[in-house]
Amino acid sequence: MFLIPEPIGRFFHRLASPPHFYALTNRLMPWLVALFLILLISGLVGGLYLAPADYQQGDSYRIIYIHVPAAWMSLFIYMMMAIAGAIGLIWRIKLAEIVAISSAPVGAAFTFIALVTGSLWGKPMWGTWWVWDARLTSELILLFLYLGVIGLYGAIDDKKTASKAVAILALVGVVNIPIIHYSVEWWSTLHQGATVTKMDKPSIHVSMLIPLLLMALAFKFYYVIAMLQRAKLELLQRERTAQWVKKLITEQTL
Amino acid sequence: MTLAEFFYMGGYAFYVWTAYGICFVVLLATMILPMIKRKQLLRKLALKEQRQL
Repeated sequence: MFLIPEPIGRFFHRLASPPHFYALTNRLMPWLVALFLILLISGLVGGLYLAPADYQQGDSYRIIYIHVPAAWMSLFIYMMMAIAGAIGLIWRIKLAEIVAISSAPVGAAFTFIALVTGSLWGKPMWGTWWVWDARLTSELILLFLYLGVIGLYGAIDDKKTASKAVAILALVGVVNIPIIHYSVEWWSTLHQGATVTKMDKPSIHVSMLIPLLLMALAFKFYYVIAMLQRAKLELLQRERTAQWVKKLITEQTL
Repeated sequence: MTLAEFFYMGGYAFYVWTAYGICFVVLLATMILPMIKRKQLLRKLALKEQRQL
């Protein structure tokens, strides 16, 4: 900690204390929800109404505005979960453990959305709901990893042990992340290659790119909101006997 | 573009609107469920606290 300036260290120390985190979450929530809704509505208007139809895929391509951001989130949240899990494992920070496990259901939701919307896009464009190719299969494995994390955490009663087990599982599963990303280059597939996340200029027109990025940003805010809701529940469950929870209850019933 | 044309989605209405519908329902449920569970937990803890007093 000697490299970190004093006020920043103090900020993180306070943030890691459960009652402070709980109160801060409550104060931030309206702002997070407002930003999320602004981004979501402008993204949807841009994607569904303002952007032109694709010259090959017609209007079916509009599924891209949820499919691609959801798929990005499925990878992003997994990395956040693994990093938070590692921090919890190394420094025994309770809040990091809670962020890790609270990320899992949100990540699973986005992975499910990526798979289902991909299927609904694949049917009219490829002529099939599903193919067992590398991209689709590795994304399905990601869903099972998320469900495995949730199941493992629920199966172990002692939540300290459960957090450790879950962090190790999440870290082992990180190998799947580059496989998903590069699967479209390494193996032949029906799935199209990267359009935005590549070294070259994105091969998408700006009128289609802007709503895509707005939706991606909206989903990032959604992740923070949904993860914090889960974290609040998790924190109360773990700290149900703590003094600050008792204070919270008596304040609410008064 | 008329409203009917907008909902028609160039013939892909079923695929586009089903995708958006499922996305909306799943995201809403993922956010609301922990909020409901938290309310239930707080109520349970408050009852327990009252009994102890």
